[in-house]
Amino acid sequence: MCLGIPGLVVEVNPEKDSAVIEVFGVRREISTFLVGEVSRGDYLIVHTGYAIEKLDVEEAKIRLELWEEILKDAYPGQVS
Amino acid sequence: MHILDRFRDPEIGRALLERVAALADQARERLGRPPVFMEVCGTHTVAISKAGLRGLLDGKLELRSGPGCPVCVTDYGDIDTMVAFGRLPGVTVGTFGDMVRVPGSRTSLEREKARGADIRVFYSPADAVRWAQDNPDRQLVFLGVGFETTAPTIALSVAQAQALGLKNYTVFSANKVVPPALHALLADPEAQLDGFILPGHVSAIIGRRVYDFIAEDYGLPSVISGFETLDIVDALYGLLKQVLAGEARVENGYTRVVKEEGNPRAQAMLDRCFEIDDVSWRGFGVIPGSGLQWKPEYRDFDARARFAPEVAEPRIPKGCRCGDLLKGKLTPRECKLFATACTPTDPVGPCMVSSEGACAAYYQYERRSS
Ligand code: SF4
Repeated sequence: MCLGIPGLVVEVNPEKDSAVIEVFGVRREISTFLVGEVSRGDYLIVHTGYAIEKLDVEEAKIRLELWEEILKDAYPGQVS
Repeated sequence: MHILDRFRDPEIGRALLERVAALADQARERLGRPPVFMEVCGTHTVAISKAGLRGLLDGKLELRSGPGCPVCVTDYGDIDTMVAFGRLPGVTVGTFGDMVRVPGSRTSLEREKARGADIRVFYSPADAVRWAQDNPDRQLVFLGVGFETTAPTIALSVAQAQALGLKNYTVFSANKVVPPALHALLADPEAQLDGFILPGHVSAIIGRRVYDFIAEDYGLPSVISGFETLDIVDALYGLLKQVLAGEARVENGYTRVVKEEGNPRAQAMLDRCFEIDDVSWRGFGVIPGSGLQWKPEYRDFDARARFAPEVAEPRIPKGCRCGDLLKGKLTPRECKLFATACTPTDPVGPCMVSSEGACAAYYQYERRSS
């Protein structure tokens, strides 16, 4: 029920509080009212046709780096 | 490779899982039994089953499902009310697909549909509003079933209907909030839990901070998790680290989406439309402060106030253990009806019907490993 899918913003319609997002090559219009201003290239988490939050790509990178650190620690040199 | 694809990297996954297995062994030695973690989100339930994590970590740690599926925790009385709406003349019932096949005490929306009730599935509450606009001669009652993730979108649909001046769109709110259910679980002296995997998209709305009581009042570790297998394995890693260090914190493992304070616009939408109420959850009974009811200002959009259908006393089918399951007291396979009298084609309880129900997930992905 709380399924949220990350979608890439390809078109914004600020006057309608909506945006067109692309998920696995499929485009659809969604409401952006709950997240405020969005720009092309943003990633949004979409739930039942409404964006509920923006996805922070910088934070995603930090998490991935963290994992790489963890993995390096135990087996040095194994993870590139 | 795109950055988000890396969250599915099997190499990182395998390596992280090895670390988790090693830490789980240490924790098991320390506790004298495998540590028990509960996920409180149906999407996590499915992700865990699908990835086969339970099998991979068998004997090392135990993963239990909690009250994380909004359809499953919906009380018999509420389902019977939903069915009753469908019997009113001129009324069309709009719902998310998961609710259609859930058995009430005597019948389900699906069976009512076969008998001629007008039951329509909508992907989005916005689509339901559009349908109401296009069909002014019908009264559309939309079934609001969801947690904090879904409730703001339902509130927004009502605001939309209000702006359009629609007189034929109402919502039956069976929406619920998650933290009071965590309180109820934690306050149960029989509960033996070593940590929570907290729901990522509920948390996107309410934020990390609201969960601090789990650590402060109950001394239990918890981690907010995303929905890739890697996110979940990482959450287990975080939980085990806390268990081994004897710490209790609410970690945010889903910082790419969840903020400390959550989403203020969505919270404002909830505050604008709903007030908190004491409502009944399947298996738990009434949980104080756990339901979202329409504020008096939105009475015109409150299906309960508008139609007040008559509903008989609920009749609860024998043998279904959904209630205990939702409290984490047993796993689907421990229910005698699982995969015998209760299957997805012939379900006894909601946990076998909802795509996010634990019984449905076990049936689909973990039946053979039993
Ligand atoms: S297997 Fe069926 S009867 Fe048993 S708890 Fe699950 S839904 Fe209820």
